Amino acid sequence: MFWFLQRIAISLALLWVVTSLVFLSIYMVPGDPAELLLSGDGATPDPASIAQLRADLGLDQPILAQYAERMAGLARFDLGNSMVDGSAVSAEIAKRLPRTLELVAAAAVLSLLIGIPAGVIAGLKQGGRFDRMANFLAGFAQGIPVFVAGTIIILLFAQIWKLTPAGGFVAFTADPGKHIVLLAMPAFAIALGLAAIVFRIARASVLDVLPLDYVRTARAKGLPQGRIVARHVLRNALMPVITVFALNLGGLFGGTVLVEYVFNWPGLSGMLVSAVNSRDYPSVTAVILVISALFITLNLVVDILYGVTDPRVRK
Amino acid sequence: MKRSLRLIWPALLLLIAVICLAAPVLNLSDPLKMSMGQRFAAPSYAFPLGQDEMGRDILSRLIFGMRISLFIALSTAILSGIIGTALGIFGGYMRGFSEIITLRAMDVVLCFPPLLLAMLAVTLYGPGPMTLIPVLSAVFVPGFTRIAYSSVLTVRSQDYVEAVRAMGASNGHIMLKTILPNIMGPILVQVSFVTAAAVVLESGLSFLGLGVVPPAPSLGLMIGTGGAAIAHQPMLLLWPCLALVAMILVLNGVCDLLRDWLDPRNAARGA
Repeated sequence: MFWFLQRIAISLALLWVVTSLVFLSIYMVPGDPAELLLSGDGATPDPASIAQLRADLGLDQPILAQYAERMAGLARFDLGNSMVDGSAVSAEIAKRLPRTLELVAAAAVLSLLIGIPAGVIAGLKQGGRFDRMANFLAGFAQGIPVFVAGTIIILLFAQIWKLTPAGGFVAFTADPGKHIVLLAMPAFAIALGLAAIVFRIARASVLDVLPLDYVRTARAKGLPQGRIVARHVLRNALMPVITVFALNLGGLFGGTVLVEYVFNWPGLSGMLVSAVNSRDYPSVTAVILVISALFITLNLVVDILYGVTDPRVRK
Repeated sequence: MKRSLRLIWPALLLLIAVICLAAPVLNLSDPLKMSMGQRFAAPSYAFPLGQDEMGRDILSRLIFGMRISLFIALSTAILSGIIGTALGIFGGYMRGFSEIITLRAMDVVLCFPPLLLAMLAVTLYGPGPMTLIPVLSAVFVPGFTRIAYSSVLTVRSQDYVEAVRAMGASNGHIMLKTILPNIMGPILVQVSFVTAAAVVLESGLSFLGLGVVPPAPSLGLMIGTGGAAIAHQPMLLLWPCLALVAMILVLNGVCDLLRDWLDPRNAARGA
């Protein structure tokens, strides 16, 4: 029990440090941050708008007061207002966050669906034609940046074969089929890298399990191959796969940023990219905070699941 | 892959490096020179890969783009390598308070997905190589620190370290002259890994228009604009994609090779 509480406490502490760091980041720039944020294209901003922005961002208050206000705001899920149109950032995030989560979840499932069967088949027929080809493809998939994979998918499916639109978003309730097609393309682009990792681990893990005694016993009992693989090999080979999968899950959030942009998927990242471009500081920090919080929560959940499944971790 | 065949990776890397280094004297046409009359021109003798949406030489832009990418990535790897290794050795050798501070600080950096940390910095400092190198370095410091730290833990209690200490060497001397050379293997592997990862990250940022500033050539930037011109001329997109993927695959290949040679953890497993 103490171990679990300790894990949760560490995550909360990390969350607090991250929030404070993001809060402080605006003070880490030399000069007046308000002036800096406004001087986008080399033009000198006029003093009135600088004063206005300083007041809007609360930069004219003492730093401790700003910090207290910021933290109190976070407790109310108030993430500040956009510098572009003054709307509440939290409302925009609430609208976009589920779409990003949907994309990440779809990518995670896809990577398992591709990686595990491929890894098991390759492991069972080590050195065979499938094994060699899959290994080659995995090396390739790991080397391709997500945005290149995304652009190539658009080039092939939308431009050359004209099978799909070049990206976008349709609500599931409006048109389920189209929603899934539009989801599948970016999800696949993100999943590729992780699928390659899952494949490698699954293959290696199957190779580790195959020569073990209980597999030989199962063979000797005369069990059919399918049953040996499903009952004896797969079950024992899956644990390392799940471990590595969980460790890499957080990385998917980084992948969504580029892929959402490529496919015009209206999730958090599209908001982030346009916010960075217009130097909309409150929106940028809010999105980064939300994603970092998700990242930390995900790692906490993975940690706790480990603790539950393997008590040795908890010492 | 056969052992001798794998030597192709360092050979290819050398080739890329030489081309990038020699780019200014290779008699390439100016990668920034536009000629609007020849937009999307097909390959010709003067322009072997054709011309882009502003009539610029694609081949020349590819080579100069790789040059900038490699420069940023290598600078990042070296800078983060020096800082991260120093922190890791310091924390691992001194233990106690400095150990807690360095490791916890790294945990905080690791809470941000790398791309997001870079984007936060770009919002504040504006895009460009002089922002990119420090920011990307900050992203990769924790990796070095952790590797240096864990290597130091195994090295610090070895007899030869004890012997040097018994001879009256100072802590600084031990860390720099005794421990550092003995943990160099894993650090070098990490340098090659970070170089590849920095190329990916830099191209991603440039692709979003947040990295290398136009009109300077950059592979990520070219993929971004090539994607916009996809209907006109798909090759505009495919060339930089190929160059980028080739560069990453070569760097990954070198990284794997170094890992097999230098990392004691693999040698022990006989991998």
